[in-house]
Amino acid sequence: MSVDQKAIDEVVSNLQLPPKVIGNLKRELKDAKITKKQLDEIIKRTTAIYDYSRIEAGEAAGVVSAQSIGEPGTQMTMRTFHYAGVAEINVTLGLPRLIEIVDARKNPSTPMMTIFLEKDYAFDRDRARELAWKIEATYITVLGSMSTDITEMKVIIELNKKAVLQRNMSVKEIADKLADELGIRSEISGDTLTMRPEEPSYRQLLQLVKNVQSVILKGIKGIKRVVIRKEESSEYVLYTEGSALKEVLAIDGVDATRTRTNNINEIFEVMGIEAARSALIHEATETLREQGLTVDVRHIMLVADIMTVDGEVKPIGRHGISGEKASVLARAAFEVTVNHLLDSGISGDVDELRGVTENVIVGQPIKLGTGNVKLIAKKVK
Amino acid sequence: MKEKEPAGREFKPLEHKMVPRHEILNEEELKKILSEYNIEKEQMPKIKEADPAAREIQAKIGDVVRIIRESPTAGKAIFYRLVIA
Repeated sequence: MSVDQKAIDEVVSNLQLPPKVIGNLKRELKDAKITKKQLDEIIKRTTAIYDYSRIEAGEAAGVVSAQSIGEPGTQMTMRTFHYAGVAEINVTLGLPRLIEIVDARKNPSTPMMTIFLEKDYAFDRDRARELAWKIEATYITVLGSMSTDITEMKVIIELNKKAVLQRNMSVKEIADKLADELGIRSEISGDTLTMRPEEPSYRQLLQLVKNVQSVILKGIKGIKRVVIRKEESSEYVLYTEGSALKEVLAIDGVDATRTRTNNINEIFEVMGIEAARSALIHEATETLREQGLTVDVRHIMLVADIMTVDGEVKPIGRHGISGEKASVLARAAFEVTVNHLLDSGISGDVDELRGVTENVIVGQPIKLGTGNVKLIAKKVK
Repeated sequence: MKEKEPAGREFKPLEHKMVPRHEILNEEELKKILSEYNIEKEQMPKIKEADPAAREIQAKIGDVVRIIRESPTAGKAIFYRLVIA
């Protein structure tokens, strides 16, 4: 006399367990011929194992996480650079990258974007290339050569027709762009542009050369290079050196649901705190995985949660989480001991001795595990 | 140099894969959750009013936002944030 599938599903769905456990249970119990008694036993044991695997109240979860990330961290290479799967694009990996992530640096040393494309573009190499040109910042130096004529006080730009055409631009367009940015019209003759500074002085001439070289003729500022790569799924994905998420997401053809950057602060600004949290988890996990290290995602999630708890991305460490501890002794025990003690001495701070570190320092039982338990009398009303 | 206008398209943070679902709690739900966890709403994690995801659902200061995350461990995890200035 077995229980029918519907009844099993209903009982299992109403259990007080995480959705993933419930999903697994349902899958395992599919078409299982079991009796009511057996089902009860299965549920009882599953719940027991789940309860057993939950962390105890008063357990030092933070310390466990710190050790679990710290120990594999000692095995990471100091070798900073690596070509991460993508030819040509250099990204910081290993320990320096992990430090960069937990320090929540405003600008990572090697910003990089992974740009996914919309359906119409993703499988068409030419259209992908077209988008790549739209994104990569193009300067005059890649389109031609520049020279100065001192006797005539002019700058001569000889454009390489092929390079200009390849980027889907025209000589006129370039001249207009230069005029827009610099306010100096240039004479066009064939593929050659001639520009004269406002005043015919040598200094002005050199300044003009510099200015012309700094004008972005096409593309987005900060994107130094774009590499197109065909993924296993046969879609083309763009990888960029340099990052400008907001600008890239505004371009038609870019898939604004998957495109990402390795700059966590940029993600926070464009997509908010929750995206920043998931970016932290992703970046940290990938950095560790790339080094052949596996750290349980729970530890990384805890770090990411702490870093994002106040609605902005805060670094771990003296300028962030550790620097915000209420206890003077705890802060002094971490870094720049004298400064903390001195400042607190001057302002007359009081240490309530509520945390772990300060109680270790003064030699009292710490409020962890069994030390966390106190007797509280409940008044009878 | 002139500030370049971003080309037409508007980006919707909530449509991005990295952004989980955000929704504003109503009074009743909030009360239930506060009593369930036995906390004040100031003790909750925070989200800024200017946060792109909070702006998209038009959360005001003092609101509590429910965030439904895809979790690699639990499958689905529910999180709450108080909207601050």
